[in-house]
Amino acid sequence: MTGTGGTGTGSGARAAPSVPGVRGAHDVREADGVGEVHDAREVDDIGEVHDTRKVDDVPEARATHAVLEVLDPGVQTLVQDLGRPGWAHVGVGRSGAADGAALRLANRLIANPEGAAGLEVLMGGLRLRTRVPVTVALAGAPGPAWVDGVRVGPHAPLELPRGAVLRLGPPVRGLRTYVAVRGGVDVPPVLGSRATDVLGGIGPSPLAAGDVLAVGPPPVGWPVVDVAAVRLWPDRWVLPVVPGPHVDWFADGLDALLAGEGYVVTPASNRVALRLDGAPVTRTDERDGVELASQGLVAGAVQVPPDGAPVVFGVDHPVTGGYPVVGVVRSSALGVLGQVRPGERVRFVRG
Amino acid sequence: MSTPADLRVVPFGDAALLVEVADLAAVRRVDDVLRAVRGGDAPWDVVVDQVPAARTVLLRTVPGADLVGLAAAVVATLARVTGEAAEGDADDGAGSDERVGADAEDVVHLSVVYDGEDLAEVAGLTGLTVEEVVAVHAGPTYTVAFGGFMPGFAYLVGLDPRLRVPRRATPRERVPAGAVAIADEYSAVYPAATPGGWRLLGRCDAVLFDVARTPPALLPPGTRVRFVPRGSW
Repeated sequence: MTGTGGTGTGSGARAAPSVPGVRGAHDVREADGVGEVHDAREVDDIGEVHDTRKVDDVPEARATHAVLEVLDPGVQTLVQDLGRPGWAHVGVGRSGAADGAALRLANRLIANPEGAAGLEVLMGGLRLRTRVPVTVALAGAPGPAWVDGVRVGPHAPLELPRGAVLRLGPPVRGLRTYVAVRGGVDVPPVLGSRATDVLGGIGPSPLAAGDVLAVGPPPVGWPVVDVAAVRLWPDRWVLPVVPGPHVDWFADGLDALLAGEGYVVTPASNRVALRLDGAPVTRTDERDGVELASQGLVAGAVQVPPDGAPVVFGVDHPVTGGYPVVGVVRSSALGVLGQVRPGERVRFVRG
Repeated sequence: MSTPADLRVVPFGDAALLVEVADLAAVRRVDDVLRAVRGGDAPWDVVVDQVPAARTVLLRTVPGADLVGLAAAVVATLARVTGEAAEGDADDGAGSDERVGADAEDVVHLSVVYDGEDLAEVAGLTGLTVEEVVAVHAGPTYTVAFGGFMPGFAYLVGLDPRLRVPRRATPRERVPAGAVAIADEYSAVYPAATPGGWRLLGRCDAVLFDVARTPPALLPPGTRVRFVPRGSW
């Protein structure tokens, strides 16, 4: 995951033809954290941006298509849906919203299909201007939000008039806030999904100021609730795990992960993986130094490299990995991996 | 009904199964059989990804899938196919002849310029001349064992044991797209520029991966591949 290349090698230096929807893996490895991805925009959005700047002058039919103007993407805003299944055997991972439950909730609130593409906003800072009236909903990491300077709340349909500016402040808890838009964000799907895979470099680029996003046709149904009651944001992060396929490689089995004070999430954590700091998970003498042949991975797999510091894979995990997997986080808890902040502590429980 | 020897099916969390087998050849058989049998019907409809690797085939499912039922279906299917293959061999072997014929038409030929940066080093490591390294690398028909690492990357098996060299001690910061490389028991072509530690023998201009193409990957698992030195094409 270490970015070893320089940023000076732009797209022109690549030997392969540029392919829409594919960014060079070189760029991608540098975008591993919350940092920016360089060099990603040449094929995806720019044509659309220039076309749609004049949208106010064109007929209404066109205006209903290009709907959301990105004034400021904040730290990082990604288009995400529920992922890209079915391609792992050719090296393309699942990807999708890091907190899938939050995106699904936001979509349900505005009667979208649960898997409609929305925006995954890392640490707030997003500012969007509407070009037609749209309905949105916020879910995920709770934080302040404003429409034209007036505070609005999460977990509720929000009617934004034409020309309104939606702004998200930094969340008070968690990392990622989701903005669902009635009709879904309509960027071109890549291999059946609009998810942005930061490891594989597949899908739309991170949003940039000046991008204009299309929104799909509104669903037939209408929102049925005014606000959703959600469970309280947890004050401790607990990750239920089940034994992994190589639990017997480790001296204390799964207990090695469960003991003590838990683990601190390091800053080298992102959509690809949480890298943890804490009591090392040690192998049995028998397995010490033994190499494991690479094998398929899943999100939630807790892999233990030779240094004993566990790595919990997230939605943009590599499709294969070569270190033993001591445990696997329950599917229902995967969203936590998208919300726990560097410096916070996670505790594993047998689940 | 007998279960194939050395087969183990274990859960990989609550939404995946890992099928563990003895070797790469078994991975290819299991991967082919399961991909062929999977369809829209239960119990296979819960599978969303099938990922072969060196000694395993991963079946990822939707959350909440009945993994016990799926595991039983995997074991039963593989036992049945293994049984049929054994019977076929005992009869007349016609099945295997047919398979060779079908495969022969399916070979992807990649035209390679053998001017890689590590050619001389590989010659030094193997005791071969540069010309021999090229001839030995271009000799066999390879099979894509599995993917991984990056979109469109294919681990090719079939490398002549004389060319087994370790990967570089220090990976290159940038291996160009199209680089033809070897490491350990594998050969591969880099689909896009990336840091990489394999030994570079040459380059080809085939597009290994293109999301706008159907199918996007030129070399999915099971594909047979030959390298053809440019000039002898």
